[in-house]
Amino acid sequence: MSKIEKIESQAIIANGFEGDLVIRLSSRAKWGWAWLYCLGILFFSPLQLHAENPAATSEKTGIPANKIESGINEYDMTAKPRPVDKSVTSLSPKKENKSTTDHSKLEELQGPFSSGPEVTRACLKCHNKAGHQFVKNKHWTWKYHSKSGQDLGKSVLVNNFCTNAAGNEGMCAQCHAGYGLTDSRTYDFSNEENIDCLVCHDSTGKYYKLPPSRGNKACAVMFEGKDPIDWTRTAQNVTLPGRNNCGACHFYGGGGDNVKHGDLSSALFKPSKEIDVHMGTDGGNFSCVICHVGEGHEWAGSRYEPIAKDTQGKSKPGMPRQTSTCESCHGQQPHPASLMGIKLNDHTDRVACQSCHIPAYATGGVATKTHWDWRTAGKLKNGEGYREEGYIQGNGEPRHTYKSIKGNFKYAENVIPRYIWFNGKEKYLTVHDKFDPSRPVEINHLEGGPDDPDSRIWPFKRMETIQPYDKGNNTLVYMHLWGDDKDAFWGNYDYARAIKHGMEDFKLPYSGEYDFVKTYSYWPITHMVTPKEKALACKECHARKGRLEGLGGFYMPGRDHNKWVDMIGILAVLGTLLGVLGHGALRIILARRRKTK
Amino acid sequence: MNTTTAKNATNDSTTTRTAGLHKVKVFSRFERFWHWTQATLIFILLFSGAGIHGFHQLMDFEGMVWMHVIAALSLIVLWVFAIFWHLTTGNWRHYLPTTNGLFKVARYYAYGIFKGEEHPYRKRFWHKHNPLQALSYLGLKLFLFPLIWISGFAYLLYGFWGQGALTAGSLEWVAVIHTAVAFAIAAFIIIHVYLLTTGHSTIEHIKPMINGYDEVELSDAELAYLKQDEPGRVLDS
Repeated sequence: MSKIEKIESQAIIANGFEGDLVIRLSSRAKWGWAWLYCLGILFFSPLQLHAENPAATSEKTGIPANKIESGINEYDMTAKPRPVDKSVTSLSPKKENKSTTDHSKLEELQGPFSSGPEVTRACLKCHNKAGHQFVKNKHWTWKYHSKSGQDLGKSVLVNNFCTNAAGNEGMCAQCHAGYGLTDSRTYDFSNEENIDCLVCHDSTGKYYKLPPSRGNKACAVMFEGKDPIDWTRTAQNVTLPGRNNCGACHFYGGGGDNVKHGDLSSALFKPSKEIDVHMGTDGGNFSCVICHVGEGHEWAGSRYEPIAKDTQGKSKPGMPRQTSTCESCHGQQPHPASLMGIKLNDHTDRVACQSCHIPAYATGGVATKTHWDWRTAGKLKNGEGYREEGYIQGNGEPRHTYKSIKGNFKYAENVIPRYIWFNGKEKYLTVHDKFDPSRPVEINHLEGGPDDPDSRIWPFKRMETIQPYDKGNNTLVYMHLWGDDKDAFWGNYDYARAIKHGMEDFKLPYSGEYDFVKTYSYWPITHMVTPKEKALACKECHARKGRLEGLGGFYMPGRDHNKWVDMIGILAVLGTLLGVLGHGALRIILARRRKTK
Repeated sequence: MNTTTAKNATNDSTTTRTAGLHKVKVFSRFERFWHWTQATLIFILLFSGAGIHGFHQLMDFEGMVWMHVIAALSLIVLWVFAIFWHLTTGNWRHYLPTTNGLFKVARYYAYGIFKGEEHPYRKRFWHKHNPLQALSYLGLKLFLFPLIWISGFAYLLYGFWGQGALTAGSLEWVAVIHTAVAFAIAAFIIIHVYLLTTGHSTIEHIKPMINGYDEVELSDAELAYLKQDEPGRVLDS
């Protein structure tokens, strides 16, 4: 069974999804096989199409033929040793670590330490401003106040993956850069000793984080079989963050490898330059902080308010800019001054670099989640939640296509992005905002358009989810997912109680009735930049049925044509041709007639 | 074969050179070079332009844009030389429009040609194009070519003027003008090529643009001038 068939069969399991996602597989032959397969079904069983489909069978019986595991075991990668990379953290010509301090020799770090805060205290003894700096950072605050005045951040937002971290910090704060965050409302965000320095600065690869609270007994497996952390050794082996430090959380956003972003996956721990020309170990071998430049524990590159069009470009030598845009290194006219280069440079005002230089995301064998259906969550086997593996991704690893705690999923790899005009401004749908549930709801509405000079065409991943909402008030809901109580969805599988608890916990109005609504969220694609030889050819967009086929409001050569000009023009040329042919024929006929006379 | 022409020809070759039809070099070397280079470039431009417009996929978009731009820039260089040549040599006068004989020529193509009539126009030294021809070329040079040139430049240099919001709507107008004129030029070429067949023979019509010589009615003064100052231009002197 080829990949494409799997994706199609999952589309039938999780019905209700639009099947409009374009999936490009590395080999064209796979399309051929998928096509043959479809033809075969049509030919051999035209009347029993549904019954012949293996996926439909599994839906009927409720027992899939796939591998089934019991219980809850989530976010395990963040709690596992990870491959340590020796990525470059500065662009010095020799690209070697020029640190002036060997931390293992420091008296303050001889320990012994038995907990995280003890280590942090030691760190802050010398780095006595680091704590003041970091407590302002959103890795710590989980708050973001946008320029448009919206209060955003993990502590309040509802997304269309695991929905809300609010109230579920006991689980979600596994990726909080601090110790012991179980409730954002009561946590002491001024206590610098709870900062987790090690999660970003560990170089042993053995450091890990577990969810701050234990949750339902069904989740116990997540905490089993962990080697204790050697705090002293870890404290002595600190360095600037490598890809494995950032990746331990950011590659697993949304509840698993590459689930959320599509362009951030475990394939980037040690990628080849084919997958990412900057991070490739045979390429630039960049760590994340080469682009996400930081100073004073603040890093460039906001997804809430990205710079969609960098009008400043390269800075003067020796004046690095605190931005993560392509232009901050490559400038605004990045192509060579050849005829083709000039033409390509003409594009940079309206097309983001990423649109051409990232032909596909979720490359390197790690799939991304594209569709999520919460409606099917809660199915039990022998009274217990379970997981199904129904998708084998490019690197051979299986992915879960059903989890009792979450519902059904679809995955895709080597995905062609969606191209959207974007000016860097987003309007988020918060838990307070009302919407019209009869149409798909945008969790983050992207602003911009062809008539807006600040907009450029950007590549995005669109996540499609069917998730619970308040049917009476037409708002999103907070769900109580994590907890060792009778309401927590993960363990009790009861939406009514989980939503009621989640809403009451935050004193939010709740009608008492929930239903499911289709939601979209948009994720800018900006990693997995390919080598320049692999950048998109002109014809990928400049064609009648190219990548930008559906993007209206502007004229693009090769794609667009004025139908009147074309019609009149073709008629005029054909008319002229017919006219001269008629004229000539008449001359010949009349000349013959004269001759015979 | 028309008897008058034959008689004239015999006269010319046997008696002293007097006013009448003579084999005169009407298309200089530059003019012929200009014509054929322009023809080749226009064909390349029509082919690649149609491809860029999405009419065919015989080459990929990048290659066709490349071809189109190189051909267009070459043609513009050629035009710059041609305009200079027309102005400095006075050859622009061939394209002066006149109503004198215009109707006769139009009537010929619409009616007389079917009856086997002789073409009413006889080439003259300073009027090597018939009035309809001169008017068509003038229209081509003063209207269609400048339009496609200007719209093409606007298209090519869109990066310099198309900043931001302007791009969305304005580029479409540039494209509309550019493609509309391209259609008109294509139609012109069809007629232009077809009219080669309307003489005594197609070859006779093409030859002047190859070797430069055509039969032209010269006045005594013109003949005398050419004999004395440009002896190579009259073949039968």
